[in-house]
Parts: sequence; C-alpha cells; structure tokens
Amino acid sequence: MDDFLLTLVLTLDAAMRVSTPLILAAMAGLFAERSGVVDISLEGKMLASAFAAASAAVVFGSPWLGLLAAIGVSCVLAMLHGFATITHKGDQIVSGVAINILAAGLTIILGLAWFHRGGGTPTLANDERFLSITLPGVDIIDHIPLIGVIYRELLSGHNILVYLAFLVVPLVWWIVFRTRFGLRLRAVGENPAAVDTAGLSVIKLRYKALLIGGILCGIAGAYISIAHNAQFTRDMTAGQGFIALAALIFGKWRPYTVLSACLLFGFLDAVAVRLQGVTLPIIGEVPVQLIEAAPYLLTVVLLAGFIGKAIPPKSIGVPYIKER
Amino acid sequence: MDRNSRLNWINRLLLPLLNVITAFAATAVIFLLIDVNPIEATKILLYGAFGYEEGIGYTLYYATNFIFTGLAVAIAFHAGLFNIGGEGQAYIGGLGSALIILAIDPSASAWVFIPGSIIGGLLFGALWALIPAYLQAYRGSHIVITTIMFNFIASSLMVYLVVNVLREVGQMQPQSAFFPSASWLPFMHDVFANFGVVIEQSPLNLSLFLALFFCFLTWVFIWHTRWGYAIRATGLNSTAAVYSGIKPKQIIILSMCISGALAGLVGINELVGYQHRLVLDFHFGYGFGGIAVSLMGRNHPIGIIIAALLFGVLYQGGAELAFEMSNISRDIVVVMQALIILFCGALQYMYQPWLIRTLAPIQEQSHG
Repeated sequence: MDDFLLTLVLTLDAAMRVSTPLILAAMAGLFAERSGVVDISLEGKMLASAFAAASAAVVFGSPWLGLLAAIGVSCVLAMLHGFATITHKGDQIVSGVAINILAAGLTIILGLAWFHRGGGTPTLANDERFLSITLPGVDIIDHIPLIGVIYRELLSGHNILVYLAFLVVPLVWWIVFRTRFGLRLRAVGENPAAVDTAGLSVIKLRYKALLIGGILCGIAGAYISIAHNAQFTRDMTAGQGFIALAALIFGKWRPYTVLSACLLFGFLDAVAVRLQGVTLPIIGEVPVQLIEAAPYLLTVVLLAGFIGKAIPPKSIGVPYIKER
Repeated sequence: MDRNSRLNWINRLLLPLLNVITAFAATAVIFLLIDVNPIEATKILLYGAFGYEEGIGYTLYYATNFIFTGLAVAIAFHAGLFNIGGEGQAYIGGLGSALIILAIDPSASAWVFIPGSIIGGLLFGALWALIPAYLQAYRGSHIVITTIMFNFIASSLMVYLVVNVLREVGQMQPQSAFFPSASWLPFMHDVFANFGVVIEQSPLNLSLFLALFFCFLTWVFIWHTRWGYAIRATGLNSTAAVYSGIKPKQIIILSMCISGALAGLVGINELVGYQHRLVLDFHFGYGFGGIAVSLMGRNHPIGIIIAALLFGVLYQGGAELAFEMSNISRDIVVVMQALIILFCGALQYMYQPWLIRTLAPIQEQSHG
C-alpha cells in the first residue's frame, strides 16, 4: 500500500512539473482569446522563448537574465501577431501559423550560428538554471504519515517557476473577473463595437491582452529550457503549446477549469511515462500513443458537444473594423 | 488609366509582388544576421536546385509534394475554410496507399496496384478530413482547432501502427516491409530510359504528372462545374449562397473531403514513388508548406505550380546550402516558409493603403 501511495505521489509530482508550462501558456491564451484574438502561436512563442532563455542564461550566466530574454522575445512575437491581426486586420490563424513555423526554423538557424551544436545550446550549469527549492519544515513534517510524504515529495522540491504558475491562476481569475480591465477585456472579446461606443480603444485593449500573453508564454518557455531541462534542444516544446490550447478550450476559457484541464493533461502525460511497457491487469498493455493522444481526443470529443459545450468568446477570430 | 484599372493592377500584381519581395528581403536580413552573404547563398541555392540533372530531379520531386498540399489548402480556402490539417491528412493518406498495396496479392500487376494505391491515398486523406468537416458543419466546432488536434492524433496513430502492427517482421526499424516491386510508381529516369533518353537518377517519379493532372482537374472543378461554383459562392458569402439554393453544410463536407483527398496523395510521391515502404514522418512539413504555397499562389492552380516549384527549389537548394556552408542548415527553408506565410498571408494588405494613396488617389470631384 505504501508503495502504491509513493508511486501515486511521485506521479502527481511529475504531473505538476509537466503541467507548469501548460498552465502558463494556457493562461496566456486565455488573455488573447478573451480579447477576441485567436492565438495558435502559443507553441511558437514558447519555443522561441525557450531558446532565448537558454541562450541568455549561457551567455550571461544568470537564469534571471534568461527569463528576461525569454519574456522579451515572446513579447516581440506577441506584438508581431498584434501588428498583423489587429493593426492590419490579417487572418489570425495565418499569422499564428507563420509565428509557429518562424520559431521552429529560426531557433535552429540562430542556435547553429551562435553555438555550433546542431541547433541546441550548450548544457547549462546549475547556477544558470532555476533549481528546486526545499520548502521550510520538510524535516519536521516528514515523520507524519501521509502528510509527510505529500509535503516532501509533492509540494516541496519544485523550482520557483512551478510555484509561480500555480499562483498565476488565481491572479488571472482576479484580473479577468474582478477588475475594470478584466471587464473590458471580456467585453472586447464578446462585442467590440459596444466597447468602442463606450469610448474605449479596442485596439489598445487587444494589444494589452496579447502583451500579457507574451509575458506568460515567455515564462513558460523559460521554464522548459532553463528550469525543467538544462539546455535548449531542437523543437523541444514538442506540441505543448497546442496541448495548452486544447486545455484552454477544454477549460472553456475560465481560469480554474483551464487549470484543471492542464493538470489532467499533465497527469495523463506522467501516467504515459509510467505505463511504458507495463501490462495492466484486465486491460493488458495500454498503447502509450493512445495516452499521448488523449488530450487531443478529449478536446475533439468536447468540441463535438458530446461532453458539455465549449462556447468561445463571441467575436473571436474577427478583426475589428470601426466603420462597420 | 482610370482609377479602377489602377486599383486592379495594385491588387492583382503589385501587392502580391511586393509581399514576396518583402519576404525575401527579410530572409536576406536573417542571412546577414548569421554572417552569410545572401547573394553567395542564393548562388549556391540555385546551383543546388538547377545546376545538375540530379538536383533538378530532386527539386521537381519536392515540388510534387507541395503541389498536392498546396491544392488541398487552396480548395478549402475557396470554401472559406482554413485546412491546417494537411499534415495529418497527408500522413493518413500515405497509410491508405500502403494498406491497399500490402493487402493486394503481391503477384498482381501494376495496373491493379497503382490505381489502388492512388484511391487508397485519396480515400484515407478524405476520411481524415471528413471528421473535422462533419464536426464543423453539424456540431459547430471550429475546423482549425479540430484539424490541429487531428494532426497530433494522426501522428500518434501512425507511430502506434507502424511500430506495433505494420513493422516488418524481425526488424527493429519502425517501417513496413517493402512494397512488391510491381506497385512502384516508375522513376522518371527509368521512363526516359525506355525512350532512349538517359538522365541522371533521382527520386523524381511519375507522381509529378499525377500532380499536374490534379492541377488541371482542380481548375476545371473550381471554375467550370456547378460544385466549384457552389464552393466559391459559399466562400465569398455563405449567407448569400443559401439564397441561391446552396447548402453550406454540404459544401463544408465536400470541400474538406476533396482537400483531404488531395493532401492524401503526398504518400504516392513519397512512398509509392520513392521509399517503397511505409515509414514514419514521410509527410513532415509538407502540410504546413502547402499553406505557404497556396497563399503565394493565390489559390490558383497555375500560381500553385509556380509557388510549389519555388518551394522545391528552396528545399533542394537548401540541402545544398547546408552541405556547402557549415553554419547554416536546411531549416533556413522553414524560416523562408514562415516569412512567406507572414507577408503573403497575415500581412498581405500591409502595403495596400499606401499603394492606393500614392498610385491611385481618389480624384477630387470638379463641380461645374
């Protein structure tokens, strides 16, 4: 029984680590999409900022500068998305695709030119990374059954960005549902003409939303390369941006439900790693690929309206044209 | 020239041209950024693509894939839909071709195998697009999101099938057994040799003609049939289309299935024409590349052929570039693709207000 408990706690622990970039990226998407701008470029922004973080951390020897570079690069891409889709009213999907592909190509090209290591960065030393933090009192609580294990293995021992991600969620909820900016943000995604009539700038609001998204995506990217891993490698986000997008839809554009979706998808991923080659009683061996595809399958089933209904912000995907 | 014809010139020729030039200029900036002389790089690239027969073969071979996926994206665009799922449809289409070939008795003739594999590719590609299309038409989910999800599902499914089900017995490599040689689509150098013309060996095969044939079919279909009309009408204004008796839901299904079917033919070129077995990731990048090709070719078959050729040049020339210069890799082509999607797609109207102001200003009305 103790073994089972430990395995469960360790799997949940892994799930937390996997969920962290999903949560940050999904919250980024939440701001963009709540303001009426589809953002399928979460993946590209994460990849570019992961590269920026690792590069800056190697060159300057500081994870904080790495984080800063990541946020900077991600914000530049977010503003590019804004420039194309808000200022020039371009297609939001096309712009997102462009940013994703640009990040995939440019990270390799620049990596090769700067580090000559096949597109990756050198491995980071410990002082160039965000390391895990041991929470105070682990030794004291450790001897309490159950709680001790949970505190030591699950809650303690993560790096600072993990805790940050979990703190960001209530903050996002508060901003979106309890502040004046949040009200305007939601309004601009539902009915931009009304917001315009009230004398507010639709353009400014949407740019602000994208900028916040840029910051969050930057943190997510930095987490992947300089906290969860110790270097940048080719295409290292591996679709996590799209899983975050799926979580955003699965969570129906609401912070806490999105958080649950991210945790669910993170848990599935952690389970997939554990189940590799394991034969379960009754079911037999579960194909790892099936669990890997589960977030996408679940989202499609949800979108099909078979389990609840995901209703996006009303004016999502439509560029705002004043004269209409 | 009166103002209307000037506007026509601006929108039809000047604007697309400026957009492409901007994309190339941006690429040149990136070359400079990584200390590569863009002119030198262009020379190597063009030599790699056109300098020798094998290079030309490769260029056309890559272009074939881009024609298929470019047409696929274009047909969906005409219906006002964005098919971002070309990757998945190409992947599953290849599975369809392979399954048909592996199912047919190995002693059958090429006249059974080749039409069979083409039908398999068309059918499986169409099926992979049908589900997102159905969900968009009848369940109100957004086609872009579902097709993205289907790309990932396709990739998981294919890894599972190739590793666990279709893998050649006794082999570690994740690939199927070789197809029977009767099923191979002839290489272009073999066909030419039959006519006594010797050309260098390359992966170029008869799929190129298949691709050109489908360009022609697409042109006839979109501009000269009732269905093509219905697709264009729905794409331009689906509310108005309803009043001319068109059912947009059916159009979504129809156009997406055709789109998926065309993407599904990538496997004919890659697997039936060259690799001769089912492998993983043979489709990689062509589905997204198709978006760039379609945008650049302005959704017209002729434009798509030209744009696909350009991308073939970039792919093959890019390989040469990576070979010649140590600090550059083929991913530079990916960057160019992105810049073309950005400037010819998302930012396609960036210059429009400026061009209209300078070249075709609204004349003041003289009151007499």
